[in-house]
Amino acid sequence: MEHNVYIYILIMAVTTYLIRVLPLTLIRKEITNVTIRSFLFYVPYVTLAVMTFPAILESTQSPVSGAVALVIALGLSWMGKSLFQVSVFSCIAVFLIELILK
Amino acid sequence: MEDTKKQLFVRGMKDGIPIGLGYFAVSFTLGIAAKNAGMTALQAAVTSALINASAGEFIGFTLIAANAGYLEVMIMEAVANARYLLMSCALSQKISPKTGLLHRMLMGFYVTDEIFGVSVAQKELKPIYSYGVISMAAPGWTIGTFLGVLMGNILPLRVVSALSVALYGMFAAVFVPPAKENKVVAGLIIISFIASFIFNKAAIFAGISSGIKIIILTIIISLIAAILFPVKNEA
Repeated sequence: MEHNVYIYILIMAVTTYLIRVLPLTLIRKEITNVTIRSFLFYVPYVTLAVMTFPAILESTQSPVSGAVALVIALGLSWMGKSLFQVSVFSCIAVFLIELILK
Repeated sequence: MEDTKKQLFVRGMKDGIPIGLGYFAVSFTLGIAAKNAGMTALQAAVTSALINASAGEFIGFTLIAANAGYLEVMIMEAVANARYLLMSCALSQKISPKTGLLHRMLMGFYVTDEIFGVSVAQKELKPIYSYGVISMAAPGWTIGTFLGVLMGNILPLRVVSALSVALYGMFAAVFVPPAKENKVVAGLIIISFIASFIFNKAAIFAGISSGIKIIILTIIISLIAAILFPVKNEA
Protein backbone atom coordinates (compact mmCIF):
# COMPACT_ATOMS: atom_id res chain seq x y z
CA MET A 1 0.00 0.00 0.00
CA GLU A 2 1.24 3.45 -0.94
CA HIS A 3 1.08 6.06 1.78
CA ASN A 4 0.63 9.78 1.34
CA VAL A 5 3.52 11.86 2.69
CA TYR A 6 1.23 14.67 3.81
CA ILE A 7 -0.95 12.28 5.81
CA TYR A 8 2.21 11.00 7.48
CA ILE A 9 3.16 14.57 8.35
CA LEU A 10 -0.34 15.34 9.65
CA ILE A 11 -0.35 12.28 11.90
CA MET A 12 3.06 13.17 13.30
CA ALA A 13 2.04 16.78 13.87
CA VAL A 14 -1.27 16.04 15.63
CA THR A 15 0.19 13.32 17.86
CA THR A 16 3.12 15.48 18.91
CA TYR A 17 0.99 18.55 19.50
CA LEU A 18 -1.52 16.76 21.73
CA ILE A 19 1.31 15.43 23.92
CA ARG A 20 2.71 18.92 24.31
CA VAL A 21 -0.43 20.93 24.76
CA LEU A 22 -2.68 18.76 26.95
CA PRO A 23 -0.86 19.19 30.29
CA LEU A 24 -0.38 22.91 29.69
CA THR A 25 -4.05 23.48 28.96
CA LEU A 26 -5.58 20.97 31.39
CA ILE A 27 -3.49 21.67 34.49
CA ARG A 28 -4.77 25.11 35.38
CA LYS A 29 -4.16 25.25 39.10
CA GLU A 30 -1.10 25.27 41.21
CA ILE A 31 -0.45 21.74 42.38
CA THR A 32 -0.34 21.64 46.20
CA ASN A 33 0.83 18.05 46.78
CA VAL A 34 4.43 18.35 48.02
CA THR A 35 5.68 15.16 46.37
CA ILE A 36 4.26 16.08 42.96
CA ARG A 37 5.59 19.62 43.29
CA SER A 38 9.01 18.33 44.23
CA PHE A 39 8.92 15.82 41.39
CA LEU A 40 8.13 18.55 38.88
CA PHE A 41 10.80 20.76 40.44
CA TYR A 42 13.48 18.10 39.86
CA VAL A 43 12.27 16.91 36.43
CA PRO A 44 13.84 19.70 34.35
CA TYR A 45 17.33 19.36 35.80
CA VAL A 46 17.36 15.59 35.64
CA THR A 47 16.00 15.45 32.11
CA LEU A 48 18.44 18.08 30.81
CA ALA A 49 21.37 16.30 32.48
CA VAL A 50 20.28 12.95 31.06
CA MET A 51 19.95 14.44 27.58
CA THR A 52 23.38 16.10 27.76
CA PHE A 53 25.48 13.15 28.82
CA PRO A 54 26.74 11.02 27.16
CA ALA A 55 25.02 12.40 24.03
CA ILE A 56 27.44 15.34 23.80
CA LEU A 57 30.32 12.88 23.32
CA GLU A 58 28.57 11.35 20.32
CA SER A 59 27.44 14.60 18.73
CA THR A 60 30.91 15.66 17.58
CA GLN A 61 33.34 14.04 15.18
CA SER A 62 35.51 12.86 18.04
CA PRO A 63 34.49 12.11 21.64
CA VAL A 64 37.51 14.11 22.83
CA SER A 65 36.21 17.39 21.45
CA GLY A 66 32.77 16.61 22.87
CA ALA A 67 34.27 15.95 26.30
CA VAL A 68 36.26 19.19 26.24
CA ALA A 69 33.14 21.09 25.17
CA LEU A 70 31.27 19.59 28.12
CA VAL A 71 33.97 20.60 30.60
CA ILE A 72 34.06 24.12 29.19
CA ALA A 73 30.26 24.36 29.25
CA LEU A 74 30.09 23.17 32.86
CA GLY A 75 32.90 25.51 33.92
CA LEU A 76 31.52 28.61 32.24
CA SER A 77 28.02 27.86 33.54
CA TRP A 78 29.45 27.52 37.04
CA MET A 79 31.02 30.95 36.62
CA GLY A 80 27.57 32.30 35.79
CA LYS A 81 28.13 33.04 32.08
CA SER A 82 25.06 33.53 29.91
CA LEU A 83 23.41 30.84 27.78
CA PHE A 84 24.77 32.46 24.67
CA GLN A 85 28.36 32.71 25.91
CA VAL A 86 28.37 29.13 27.17
CA SER A 87 27.14 27.71 23.87
CA VAL A 88 29.37 29.84 21.67
CA PHE A 89 32.52 28.97 23.60
CA SER A 90 31.60 25.27 23.58
CA CYS A 91 31.26 25.42 19.77
CA ILE A 92 34.58 27.24 19.39
CA ALA A 93 36.28 24.66 21.60
CA VAL A 94 35.05 21.80 19.40
CA PHE A 95 36.12 23.59 16.25
CA LEU A 96 39.64 24.31 17.53
CA ILE A 97 40.19 20.85 18.97
CA GLU A 98 39.06 19.11 15.81
CA LEU A 99 41.37 21.41 13.88
CA ILE A 100 44.29 20.21 16.01
CA LEU A 101 43.28 16.55 15.98
CA LYS A 102 43.06 16.32 12.21
CA MET B 1 4.19 47.72 31.85
CA GLU B 2 4.68 48.14 28.10
CA ASP B 3 8.38 48.50 28.71
CA THR B 4 8.77 45.31 30.73
CA LYS B 5 6.91 43.36 28.06
CA LYS B 6 9.31 44.63 25.45
CA GLN B 7 12.28 43.81 27.67
CA LEU B 8 10.95 40.31 28.24
CA PHE B 9 10.48 39.75 24.53
CA VAL B 10 14.03 40.97 23.82
CA ARG B 11 15.46 38.76 26.57
CA GLY B 12 13.60 35.86 24.99
CA MET B 13 15.11 36.72 21.62
CA LYS B 14 18.60 36.77 23.13
CA ASP B 15 18.11 33.36 24.68
CA GLY B 16 16.62 32.16 21.41
CA ILE B 17 19.68 32.98 19.27
CA PRO B 18 21.91 30.11 20.45
CA ILE B 19 18.90 27.81 20.19
CA GLY B 20 18.32 28.91 16.60
CA LEU B 21 21.99 28.32 15.75
CA GLY B 22 21.98 24.89 17.32
CA TYR B 23 18.70 24.08 15.62
CA PHE B 24 20.16 25.06 12.29
CA ALA B 25 22.96 22.53 12.70
CA VAL B 26 20.77 19.72 14.00
CA SER B 27 17.96 20.23 11.51
CA PHE B 28 20.47 20.38 8.69
CA THR B 29 21.39 16.77 9.41
CA LEU B 30 17.68 16.05 9.80
CA GLY B 31 17.17 17.38 6.27
CA ILE B 32 19.68 14.87 5.00
CA ALA B 33 17.64 12.10 6.65
CA ALA B 34 14.47 13.46 5.05
CA LYS B 35 16.14 13.47 1.65
CA ASN B 36 17.14 9.85 2.13
CA ALA B 37 13.50 9.07 2.93
CA GLY B 38 12.57 10.45 -0.48
CA MET B 39 11.01 13.68 0.75
CA THR B 40 11.22 17.02 -1.02
CA ALA B 41 12.74 20.09 0.65
CA LEU B 42 9.25 21.59 1.02
CA GLN B 43 7.79 18.47 2.64
CA ALA B 44 10.70 18.29 5.06
CA ALA B 45 10.41 21.99 5.92
CA VAL B 46 6.67 21.64 6.56
CA THR B 47 7.36 18.69 8.83
CA SER B 48 9.90 20.71 10.81
CA ALA B 49 7.66 23.76 11.03
CA LEU B 50 4.82 21.64 12.43
CA ILE B 51 6.66 19.20 14.64
CA ASN B 52 9.82 20.80 16.06
CA ALA B 53 11.19 17.58 17.48
CA SER B 54 14.50 16.08 16.42
CA ALA B 55 14.04 12.52 17.62
CA GLY B 56 10.38 12.47 16.63
CA GLU B 57 11.09 13.70 13.14
CA PHE B 58 14.07 11.44 12.69
CA ILE B 59 11.99 8.39 13.59
CA GLY B 60 9.19 9.70 11.37
CA PHE B 61 11.48 10.01 8.35
CA THR B 62 12.87 6.54 8.97
CA LEU B 63 9.36 5.09 9.08
CA ILE B 64 8.29 7.00 5.98
CA ALA B 65 11.32 5.62 4.15
CA ALA B 66 10.19 2.13 5.20
CA ASN B 67 6.61 2.83 4.00
CA ALA B 68 5.32 2.06 7.50
CA GLY B 69 1.64 2.08 8.46
CA TYR B 70 -0.04 5.25 9.76
CA LEU B 71 -0.83 3.71 13.15
CA GLU B 72 2.78 2.69 13.59
CA VAL B 73 3.90 6.24 12.84
CA MET B 74 1.43 7.56 15.41
CA ILE B 75 2.58 5.20 18.14
CA MET B 76 6.27 5.79 17.53
CA GLU B 77 5.72 9.51 17.47
CA ALA B 78 3.94 9.36 20.83
CA VAL B 79 6.73 7.25 22.28
CA ALA B 80 9.56 9.40 20.93
CA ASN B 81 7.95 12.59 22.20
CA ALA B 82 6.46 11.40 25.48
CA ARG B 83 9.03 13.40 27.45
CA TYR B 84 7.27 16.55 26.28
CA LEU B 85 4.30 15.44 28.35
CA LEU B 86 6.45 15.70 31.47
CA MET B 87 7.93 19.01 30.37
CA SER B 88 4.49 20.39 29.67
CA CYS B 89 3.37 19.37 33.18
CA ALA B 90 6.39 21.16 34.66
CA LEU B 91 5.72 24.26 32.56
CA SER B 92 2.08 24.33 33.67
CA GLN B 93 3.43 25.13 37.14
CA LYS B 94 5.77 27.82 35.84
CA ILE B 95 3.08 29.98 34.27
CA SER B 96 0.49 32.06 36.08
CA PRO B 97 -2.81 30.17 36.62
CA LYS B 98 -4.47 33.14 34.93
CA THR B 99 -2.69 32.50 31.61
CA GLY B 100 -5.30 32.28 28.86
CA LEU B 101 -6.07 29.28 26.68
CA LEU B 102 -4.66 30.80 23.50
CA HIS B 103 -1.32 31.52 25.18
CA ARG B 104 -1.23 27.99 26.55
CA MET B 105 -1.96 26.54 23.12
CA LEU B 106 0.76 28.61 21.48
CA MET B 107 3.33 27.88 24.18
CA GLY B 108 2.44 24.19 23.96
CA PHE B 109 3.28 24.15 20.29
CA TYR B 110 6.91 24.92 21.11
CA VAL B 111 7.64 22.63 24.04
CA THR B 112 11.04 21.43 22.81
CA ASP B 113 14.03 20.29 24.84
CA GLU B 114 15.84 23.58 24.33
CA ILE B 115 12.94 26.02 24.66
CA PHE B 116 11.85 24.12 27.74
CA GLY B 117 15.40 24.49 29.05
CA VAL B 118 15.38 28.28 28.91
CA SER B 119 11.74 28.45 30.03
CA VAL B 120 12.27 26.64 33.31
CA ALA B 121 15.16 28.97 34.09
CA GLN B 122 12.57 31.77 34.42
CA LYS B 123 11.16 32.58 37.87
CA GLU B 124 7.71 32.91 36.39
CA LEU B 125 7.27 32.04 32.75
CA LYS B 126 5.49 34.78 30.77
CA PRO B 127 4.11 34.02 27.30
CA ILE B 128 5.79 37.10 25.84
CA TYR B 129 9.21 35.74 26.81
CA SER B 130 8.42 32.44 25.11
CA TYR B 131 7.40 34.26 21.94
CA GLY B 132 10.76 36.06 21.94
CA VAL B 133 12.58 32.75 22.16
CA ILE B 134 10.40 31.16 19.48
CA SER B 135 10.89 34.10 17.09
CA MET B 136 14.63 33.39 17.01
CA ALA B 137 14.67 29.62 17.42
CA ALA B 138 11.86 28.37 15.18
CA PRO B 139 13.14 29.75 11.84
CA GLY B 140 16.53 28.07 12.39
CA TRP B 141 14.83 24.70 12.65
CA THR B 142 12.68 25.00 9.54
CA ILE B 143 15.30 26.70 7.35
CA GLY B 144 17.99 24.25 8.47
CA THR B 145 15.83 21.29 7.47
CA PHE B 146 15.00 22.87 4.12
CA LEU B 147 18.66 23.57 3.32
CA GLY B 148 19.70 20.16 4.61
CA VAL B 149 17.60 18.48 1.92
CA LEU B 150 18.90 20.81 -0.79
CA MET B 151 22.60 20.81 0.01
CA GLY B 152 23.23 18.31 2.75
CA ASN B 153 26.78 17.63 1.79
CA ILE B 154 28.08 21.16 1.16
CA LEU B 155 28.60 22.51 4.70
CA PRO B 156 31.97 21.29 6.06
CA LEU B 157 31.52 18.44 8.50
CA ARG B 158 33.71 20.29 11.00
CA VAL B 159 31.31 23.23 11.13
CA VAL B 160 28.29 20.95 11.62
CA SER B 161 30.21 19.13 14.32
CA ALA B 162 31.06 22.36 16.18
CA LEU B 163 27.51 23.73 15.96
CA SER B 164 26.01 20.53 17.27
CA VAL B 165 27.31 21.11 20.83
CA ALA B 166 25.57 24.50 21.07
CA LEU B 167 22.43 22.82 22.41
CA TYR B 168 24.30 20.90 25.10
CA GLY B 169 26.16 24.04 26.14
CA MET B 170 22.79 25.68 26.66
CA PHE B 171 21.51 22.79 28.72
CA ALA B 172 24.55 23.12 30.97
CA ALA B 173 23.92 26.84 31.38
CA VAL B 174 20.43 25.94 32.62
CA PHE B 175 21.16 23.10 35.02
CA VAL B 176 24.51 24.20 36.47
CA PRO B 177 23.54 27.51 38.19
CA PRO B 178 20.78 25.91 40.35
CA ALA B 179 23.22 23.13 41.25
CA LYS B 180 25.45 25.78 42.78
CA GLU B 181 22.69 26.88 45.13
CA ASN B 182 21.07 23.53 45.82
CA LYS B 183 23.14 20.49 46.83
CA VAL B 184 20.34 18.06 46.01
CA VAL B 185 20.17 19.32 42.43
CA ALA B 186 23.98 19.05 42.17
CA GLY B 187 23.87 15.46 43.38
CA LEU B 188 21.00 14.63 41.03
CA ILE B 189 22.92 15.93 38.04
CA ILE B 190 25.92 13.76 38.84
CA ILE B 191 23.65 10.74 39.38
CA SER B 192 21.83 11.52 36.12
CA PHE B 193 25.12 11.65 34.20
CA ILE B 194 26.24 8.30 35.60
CA ALA B 195 22.85 6.60 35.15
CA SER B 196 22.49 7.96 31.63
CA PHE B 197 25.97 6.75 30.73
CA ILE B 198 25.26 3.25 32.01
CA PHE B 199 21.85 3.18 30.34
CA ASN B 200 23.37 4.18 27.01
CA LYS B 201 26.37 1.86 27.10
CA ALA B 202 25.02 -1.32 28.70
CA ALA B 203 24.13 -3.88 26.07
CA ILE B 204 20.91 -5.01 27.80
CA PHE B 205 19.34 -1.56 27.24
CA ALA B 206 20.40 -1.36 23.59
CA GLY B 207 16.90 -2.08 22.29
CA ILE B 208 15.33 0.90 24.07
CA SER B 209 15.02 4.12 22.08
CA SER B 210 16.78 7.20 23.41
CA GLY B 211 13.47 9.00 23.97
CA ILE B 212 12.24 6.20 26.22
CA LYS B 213 15.55 6.09 28.08
CA ILE B 214 15.21 9.79 28.85
CA ILE B 215 11.68 9.31 30.20
CA ILE B 216 12.51 6.28 32.33
CA LEU B 217 15.57 7.90 33.90
CA THR B 218 13.82 11.22 34.45
CA ILE B 219 10.85 9.63 36.19
CA ILE B 220 12.86 7.27 38.38
CA ILE B 221 15.51 9.77 39.49
CA SER B 222 13.09 12.68 40.00
CA LEU B 223 10.59 10.53 41.88
CA ILE B 224 13.19 9.14 44.28
CA ALA B 225 14.50 12.68 44.82
CA ALA B 226 10.98 14.01 45.43
CA ILE B 227 10.34 11.36 48.08
CA LEU B 228 13.73 11.66 49.81
CA PHE B 229 14.14 15.44 49.48
CA PRO B 230 10.73 17.12 49.26
CA VAL B 231 10.96 20.77 48.28
CA LYS B 232 9.17 23.10 50.67
CA ASN B 233 8.58 26.42 49.02
CA GLU B 234 9.87 26.27 45.48
CA ALA B 235 8.53 24.53 42.42
